[in-house]
Amino acid sequence: MGSIELVNVCKAFGGVKVINSVDFAITDGSFTVFVGPSGCGKSTLLRMIAGLEDVTSGQVLIDGLDMTNIGPAKRGLAMVFQSYALYPHMSVRGNIAFALKMARQPANVIEQKVKKAAGILNLTEYLDRKPRELSGGQRQRVAIGRAIVREPKAFLFDEPLSNLDAALRVQMRVEIDELHQKLKTTMVYVTHDQVEAMTMADRIVVLDKGAVAQIGSPLELYNKPNGLFVASFIGSPTMNLVMGPSAAKRGATTLGVRPEHVELSTTAGEWPAQVLHAEHLGSETFIYARAEGIGPLTIRLSGEATHHAGDRIFVTPREAHVHRFDKDGKRIG
Amino acid sequence: MAMKQSAGKRVGVTVLAWVVAFLIFFPILWTFITSFKSELDAIAMPPKFLFFNWTLENYVEVQSRSNYLRFAENSIILSIGANIVGLLISVPAAWSMAFAPTKRTKDVLMWMLSTKMMPAVGVLVPIYLLFRDLHLLDSLWGIGFVLMLLNLPILIWMLYTYFKEIPVDILEAARMDGASLLNEIIYILTPMAAPGIASTMLLTVILSWNEAFWTLNLATSNAAPLTAFIASYSAPEGFFWAKLSAASTLAIAPILVLGWFSQKQLVRGLTFGAVK
Repeated sequence: MGSIELVNVCKAFGGVKVINSVDFAITDGSFTVFVGPSGCGKSTLLRMIAGLEDVTSGQVLIDGLDMTNIGPAKRGLAMVFQSYALYPHMSVRGNIAFALKMARQPANVIEQKVKKAAGILNLTEYLDRKPRELSGGQRQRVAIGRAIVREPKAFLFDEPLSNLDAALRVQMRVEIDELHQKLKTTMVYVTHDQVEAMTMADRIVVLDKGAVAQIGSPLELYNKPNGLFVASFIGSPTMNLVMGPSAAKRGATTLGVRPEHVELSTTAGEWPAQVLHAEHLGSETFIYARAEGIGPLTIRLSGEATHHAGDRIFVTPREAHVHRFDKDGKRIG
Repeated sequence: MAMKQSAGKRVGVTVLAWVVAFLIFFPILWTFITSFKSELDAIAMPPKFLFFNWTLENYVEVQSRSNYLRFAENSIILSIGANIVGLLISVPAAWSMAFAPTKRTKDVLMWMLSTKMMPAVGVLVPIYLLFRDLHLLDSLWGIGFVLMLLNLPILIWMLYTYFKEIPVDILEAARMDGASLLNEIIYILTPMAAPGIASTMLLTVILSWNEAFWTLNLATSNAAPLTAFIASYSAPEGFFWAKLSAASTLAIAPILVLGWFSQKQLVRGLTFGAVK
């Protein structure tokens, strides 16, 4: 069992409120991602769940029990840190076994569990190496192995892939996802990378300035963002936001349309524009244009397109995929 | 042309460094050489540097007049014992300041260091009277306690700077792994900070070994360390330079040897954290 509930949780450092009345539940076995820009409080929230930060007010419940004032060791959670936080003076075996040693498990049980965790993570041949003798990906696996061996109620990941190169990040993302499928344990994952959030999560909690902006599945957030912040944070490239007459005639202050939800023409359309820059990726093309009276627009086209800088184009949003926002930035409809 | 200049500059700097090192080392060298002279040669003018009758008579007389080994034993017990106790106090103190600081932490650190700025003679009388009334005069416990207190600010300050270099993540990982505070200090902090702890201990052992003011005032015979051994060679008749040099050489030899073999750790200890 690994359900986690945050009840009106607030956190202040001195007089500065960094987490503002956060209230939601994480179901057992789910993969929940906290995402948001730097400084939004996602790591602070994770650390409060872990017990590494005190809660100023509110409650943290784990499996229905109030753990707000319980220390990290007794919450039954395991954490994987951004910096891996491996014990440099211990071997891989020592690192993975440490928690079991602290729990005073018998030596034969420790050995068995370490071997099992090492087997799952392909670390068996590295058990006697020290962390400094490992690559970044291997160190990350040791950090995960250290968490697995504790058989926790939930895993907490604090931006675990941010120190890895792009290719390794993609590989580790898949491995973490496969691990989740295998262990079926609750995972709470913090990242500022919305691609990681979109590809890994069952549910995403988008945070902005210490408050929850929206909670939902990746596609819910993508297709129905509840406000301008979520609309522009989720999705890469970001959603096109248009103000003025085009928004007003549709009953909104701001109109949002994703780069792939527009029609492009060289002859006619709602927004005449000039191409500033085109990125030809082979599988798709990104056109960066400036529309008259509108401002910058991003268009995504499938496959190869022949547009180049300086070309005159006409952009028309597909009405079925248009998002409307009021003067407060909240979604209409 | 640039290469030549650089080589010339290098030679010049090297020569200068050797000259400065020689000047700093000269008093020790002179003491060592004087210890092998007769008393007459020791006070000869002009001074005799290498060309005199080398003799071991001073060492023989020093050893026969006073029990060098007993003084050395006291020095070892006081230096090492006092600093081990100091370490047991300073590790948790430095941990608390490094990892659980409060608004007052910096003030406490400065206050501790400020006690080192006070002239020891200012508190000699009250300490002496206290020791007299508590029957601690000329006792290893009493003098060890004073030596421990003298070095405590240095121990705490240096350990604090070492501990600050340790990533907090690693300690938090240990907490998540179920380590209690004591386990965190024993299994994680101390092994990671071992080089720093070792070099700090080396420094404070050397300071305790050479500490003369308190040992001369609070010890007479039973607890007298090597500093008292040296001081006993200044007689009312004047200084017996050759014998004094022999006594001094015997007193500083152990710590010189220790310092020589641990110089890398000493330098590391004194400069750790100075440059990121």
